[in-house]
Amino acid sequence: MYLIGENLRGGYGGADILNNCTIGVDKGEIAVIVGPNGAGKSTAMKAMLGMLDLNEGKVLLDGNEITDLSPQARVAHGVAFVPQTSNVFVSMTVEENLEMGAFLREDDISETRDMVFELFPILKEKRRQPAGELSGGQRQQVAVGRALMTRPAVLMLDEPTAGVSPIVMDELFDRILEVRAAGVAILMVEQNARQALNIADRGYVLVTGENRYTDTGEALLANPEVRRSFLGG
Amino acid sequence: MPEMTEILNALVVFTNFVLIPGLAYGSQLALGALGVTLVYGILRFSNFAHGDVMAFGTMVTILVTWWLQSLGVSFGPLPTALLALPLGIAGTVLLCLVTDKFVYRYYRAKKSPPVTLVMASLGVMFVVNGLVRFIIGTDDQRFFDGERFIMKARDFKTLTGLNEGLAIKSSQGITVVIAVILVALLFWFLQKTRAGKSMRAYSDNEDLSLLSGIDPDKVVRITWIIAAALTTIAGVLYGLDKSFKPFTYFQLLLPIFAAAIVGGIGQPIGAIVGGYVIAFSEVLITYPYKKVVTYLVPESWAPEGLLQLLGTEYKFAVSFMILVIVLLVRPTGIFKGKVL
Repeated sequence: MYLIGENLRGGYGGADILNNCTIGVDKGEIAVIVGPNGAGKSTAMKAMLGMLDLNEGKVLLDGNEITDLSPQARVAHGVAFVPQTSNVFVSMTVEENLEMGAFLREDDISETRDMVFELFPILKEKRRQPAGELSGGQRQQVAVGRALMTRPAVLMLDEPTAGVSPIVMDELFDRILEVRAAGVAILMVEQNARQALNIADRGYVLVTGENRYTDTGEALLANPEVRRSFLGG
Repeated sequence: MPEMTEILNALVVFTNFVLIPGLAYGSQLALGALGVTLVYGILRFSNFAHGDVMAFGTMVTILVTWWLQSLGVSFGPLPTALLALPLGIAGTVLLCLVTDKFVYRYYRAKKSPPVTLVMASLGVMFVVNGLVRFIIGTDDQRFFDGERFIMKARDFKTLTGLNEGLAIKSSQGITVVIAVILVALLFWFLQKTRAGKSMRAYSDNEDLSLLSGIDPDKVVRITWIIAAALTTIAGVLYGLDKSFKPFTYFQLLLPIFAAAIVGGIGQPIGAIVGGYVIAFSEVLITYPYKKVVTYLVPESWAPEGLLQLLGTEYKFAVSFMILVIVLLVRPTGIFKGKVL
């Protein structure tokens, strides 16, 4: 797999939240991490990004170990991250948000920007508006757009549909499918497990920081145990 | 009804003693407050050393001015201090970067709460304060040279035939012109350049700016350079306009902070508006209106008292009152800055 975190164990200084958990995603694939509250879903993703001290395990990107790289260094290596909250620069315009996303790039960014505008047409319309004035769904689009500006190989999304309406959620998932079609590896933590697994090529069900089930999204949705315990029947 | 000339005389008195001094003082405060607000927005603490850093920058400029004067260098009708200013700025930039390296960076790396950084800046304030007094002494220093007036009161009188004169000091003119240029440059920098945008992004959302690959050390460095330059220029302009005395500059900390907070701390536009709000409040409340009113009312109504709301020795109370009112009524300030 393109990005893989193997046998991860660690936490935020106190007790370990992740216990021997393995997560991975390949290019052109969507991997979704689901599980009950407190299962360590976001923590697992943060471990992949390097925002967590690992006691055990390693993270590999395209075969190279990146366990000791800082989050910023991983960004430079093509890993983009969309946090769950505070994921836009509220006082800056939509266009400036995208520009900041491409901060590390020295080349012409207008092509990538146009691609983001094509993916999220509403952003083109609101390009001169401060991101803080947009609706929740539009902000999520800015957040994803900002992350795409680095032309990442891996896009990590922490609950991208938290707090948006079902219609907006469907649309956002459609857009994420388009990003996948461009060959990006997408790793996502989702509260809306059923909908997320629907579009997932790979699903990880975590419980207390451990892998409980790992399969394709389709197979997990079909698994009666998973349905009963985690998807509400 | 008072006659036209009397209204004009009253207007001239008002312009001469309130409007022009207020405009110059407001510009000086605005430049000082911009430095405070930038440091607050980026480094996230109130820099109490700002007033004394201002004194330091002014002192270096004065020392260079004296040296230039001893060499017989002059800047024609303009004050020699303007020639010395770049060296003054360089010295202050160096001071700020060195303090950051040896004091603030340690607390930043430890992710100390802002109040710890504020206390550290208090320590820096005492050290810089002592340094300045040790080098240049505690006395008043006047370092203005060149043409004193753009417009002399007597020339104005002969020109207009009015009783009252309108004087515009060169220092006041220079202050306003430099302030306008600097503010325009600063806004251009923050809005249009890559470095300026990265500063705004860092101030807006530190974590996200790191995730975007913005280098925090570089942002901090640029912030100190700009703050040091602005504060030195503010200090030199204030010194040219009035005089330089370390204690006065320490006291300027209050109106400067009041200006930054009234405008909305962290908001550059707020610092500018706040600077003028504080300056005009101070001047308007401490100015004796006797002369102005005497021109406007019939002779028999002429006031006996000075019609002064507050003695000038209490001018700092004005900043303090405004500060308290703003913090009580609208803690975010006029332009919705951060809440302290």
